[in-house]
Amino acid sequence: MEYPDGLHYTKDHEWALEEEGVVTIGITDYAQSELGDVVFVELPEEGTVIKAGEPFGVVESVKSVSDLYTPVSGEVLEINGDLESEPELVNSSCYDAGWMIKIAVSNKKELGELLSADQYADYIKSLK
Amino acid sequence: MAQQPGARGLVFNEPLIFEHGRKGRAGCDVPKSEFPEIDPATVAPPSMLRGPLEGLAEVSEPEAVRHFTRLSQWNYGVDSNFYPLGSCTMKYNPKVNEAAARMEGFAGLHPLQDASTTQGALRVMYDLEKMLCEVAGMDAASLQPAAGAQGEFAGLLLIRAYHKEKGNPRKKVIIPDSGHGTNPASAALCDYAAVTLPSGPDGLIDLALLEKEMDGDTAALMLTNPNTLGMFEKNIKKVCEIVHAKGGLVYGDGANLNAVMGKARFGDMGIDVCHMNLHKTFSTPHGGGGPGSGPVLAKKILEPYLPAPRVTLRDGVYGLDFNRPKSIGALNAFWGNFGVYLRAYAYVLTMGGSGLKEASETAVLNANYILAKLRGAYHVPYEGTCMHECVLSDKFQQEHHVSTLDIAKGLIDRGFHPPTIYFPLIVKGAMMIEPTETESMETMDTFIAAMKEIADVAKTDPESLAAAPVTAKVKRLDETQAARQPDLRYRR
Ligand SMILES: Cc1ncc(COP(=O)(O)O)c(C=O)c1O
Repeated sequence: MEYPDGLHYTKDHEWALEEEGVVTIGITDYAQSELGDVVFVELPEEGTVIKAGEPFGVVESVKSVSDLYTPVSGEVLEINGDLESEPELVNSSCYDAGWMIKIAVSNKKELGELLSADQYADYIKSLK
Repeated sequence: MAQQPGARGLVFNEPLIFEHGRKGRAGCDVPKSEFPEIDPATVAPPSMLRGPLEGLAEVSEPEAVRHFTRLSQWNYGVDSNFYPLGSCTMKYNPKVNEAAARMEGFAGLHPLQDASTTQGALRVMYDLEKMLCEVAGMDAASLQPAAGAQGEFAGLLLIRAYHKEKGNPRKKVIIPDSGHGTNPASAALCDYAAVTLPSGPDGLIDLALLEKEMDGDTAALMLTNPNTLGMFEKNIKKVCEIVHAKGGLVYGDGANLNAVMGKARFGDMGIDVCHMNLHKTFSTPHGGGGPGSGPVLAKKILEPYLPAPRVTLRDGVYGLDFNRPKSIGALNAFWGNFGVYLRAYAYVLTMGGSGLKEASETAVLNANYILAKLRGAYHVPYEGTCMHECVLSDKFQQEHHVSTLDIAKGLIDRGFHPPTIYFPLIVKGAMMIEPTETESMETMDTFIAAMKEIADVAKTDPESLAAAPVTAKVKRLDETQAARQPDLRYRR
């Protein structure tokens, strides 16, 4: 399992990357491996305003359907349209081509409340 | 070891019916009409003329009979073997129920006949409502909902109507994380936010958490008892008190009623409204075998809102009452799936009160027998005795890279329908086994032997399970590809 440094993590297994006020969000390596083959990703419309901790979409695998929770509040600037035809990108490239949404973050302080890579790795160990 | 039922039989390939026969072939000779033929174009407007029909099957009678017989031979049902699908109560459906449903006086009825000519049918509905109310400890019922999920929908609409009349429909419904997927879906359909309540470490509702979540905005708590882990919510009275103290109501998902008939009643536990699945507990065919029925049952406070029409009995005469100003309305065409009522009615009468109780006792005993025999070979995520179904996981088999899916496929090779898998969601790699009361010890023993053999093979030859099923007509399907690129339509 890989949890790159520099990303922020949630206990719901999302990651967040902040670059100049824009936060990119996806799901972690642990999440994609637990889900198994992802077959469908439902994402919000661009322009939607979402609050930290609330569901922003749904990811469906052959085994289950799970809500996606946003780690930070803000307006959705962009969604990853490739996932509609290639949901497998979430499995093959969860930190890169499998990203889900980009948000204009309204309160950067929220990022500080998320886990670091090391903290998240420890959290995963505690689940075993 | 007893011989396992799975074998390689003489299984036929069978194309679609449209690929059989040839143009002009027919199963019977229709005699020439004694009336002169008229060209429709001379009497009907052009918009109503359909032109020649293309693409209908043109086959002989033996072709048609063989086609459907062969398809039926691919089928697997409770009439062929053990069907331990957890949460679905696949009990055997006694054939006497079918005889009742096929009685000419019932089968030939039209729903719009005058009530004076349908007294018997109305009486069956009236009596069945009473019987179900007795089993559930409720005051009034409507048989209309066509399945469990629609029963939930109806029940939540009753709750909404109740709160609305009090001035505030409220905003959310609390559902334990062990709940069935239909629960949050029903809440959403009734315009409620579904709030998930994490289960405590014992698999039961965490009272402190419930106390925290429960507020004046909560319309209801929706739970099933026993819950979907197959465990009895032993604090149910306290649970109901917490919800009632804040003015909320408690919805009981009756899908697991088969564990408690004649033993414990939803009404006595403090639950305000529930549904039952006649197609599970009351032994009517389901899962592709026939339509369902999910009657909604409620306490007096919710009676005014029940779906219309209600069946009435006045001065010895049965009738239908449409004049129900507070009703949530009709939920189904005509009066619901009447054929299912007849089967359930016959079932209750043939079983009797003591028979229903014994059915539940045996269902619970059977599930505990399987749990006791498979403990050790499989991981048991929540320890203790279970109710009518038990939950195992693939934790031990994962060490050999064998998953619940592989175990399920391995069971097919051994002649068994797999249990429910990957549900409840809160157990990783869950296998949920519900034997029901209608299985003999011998049948369960062959199933247990197959499960144990699979657990052994998982250690010695895990690859063989990854390839399973090999004796089935269709081998391992690519489920991912099927979901990503579904091919749903027949093309000539
Ligand atoms: C616990 C539970 N609730 C509700 C339902 C929904 O019932 P139905 O399939 O009849 O709509 C089911 C069905 O499996 C169930 O197991």
